[in-house]
Amino acid sequence: MALGNVFNIAGSGMSAQSVRINTTASNLANAQTASSSIDETYRARKPVFAATYNKAMDLGAPQVNADSEAGVRVMGIVESDAPLQPRYEPHHPMANEEGYVYYPNVNVVEEMTDMISASRSFQVNVEVMNNAKQMVQRVLTLGQ
Amino acid sequence: MAINFENALGIHEDAMRFRAKRASILANNLANVDTPNYKARDMDFKTALDNKMNAHGKPLELATTHNSHREAKGLLEDDGGLLYRTPEQPAIDGNTVEEHVEHAKFMENSLDFQTSFTLLNSKFKGLKTALRGE
Repeated sequence: MALGNVFNIAGSGMSAQSVRINTTASNLANAQTASSSIDETYRARKPVFAATYNKAMDLGAPQVNADSEAGVRVMGIVESDAPLQPRYEPHHPMANEEGYVYYPNVNVVEEMTDMISASRSFQVNVEVMNNAKQMVQRVLTLGQ
Repeated sequence: MAINFENALGIHEDAMRFRAKRASILANNLANVDTPNYKARDMDFKTALDNKMNAHGKPLELATTHNSHREAKGLLEDDGGLLYRTPEQPAIDGNTVEEHVEHAKFMENSLDFQTSFTLLNSKFKGLKTALRGE
């Protein structure tokens, strides 16, 4: 049933966007997590999205070919390779011998725009799901 | 004299099936609004309608001139209307989903679904009235 598929698709969109919101929250929370070495410093994390297809459904029933797309999934979370910010803070408890502290490469402005974009996309998926629910409920009243 | 549902209900049943399928395709576009290289898709009602109308003389039907020839069922009939959307402002990451466009299409489609539903429902009501004979 094509309408039932909408729930799966919108659900996958919602979970993907919530992963994105989660990584944004993690990045913002750790934006000021200082460290004394480059390797230990927190790096901004970004989820990578990819479209999913359920090819298995094509084998038996050709009529589901048209909606063989099955939403979106998070392929993985990558760490940003933007340069870290070394700051000269000799009195910082985490300062190394030269007096430097490394701060994460989190761009707060970028994270904020990402957060707005993710929450808007989440909202759209919720709306799609609500709409599909109305359509299904309407169909259930057929013939009454 | 049996009631032929195909004749009695007309095109509305197929129209509803088309709308439901299109809803899932548009929902998929909206779910993939941030997926790099995703290409937005949509179905063309006219193509679907033409396919339905020409269902008796299928465009890609193979001629069976021998008993052992098998009937070839093309997948094209169902997929005929599934196309790629041309974006007005393509994104740099290769994604062609434009949220406002998809959103508007989704809403339009769900209204069309309601229309088809209302028409189908009125067909059923008509049949009921005829059965009661009041």
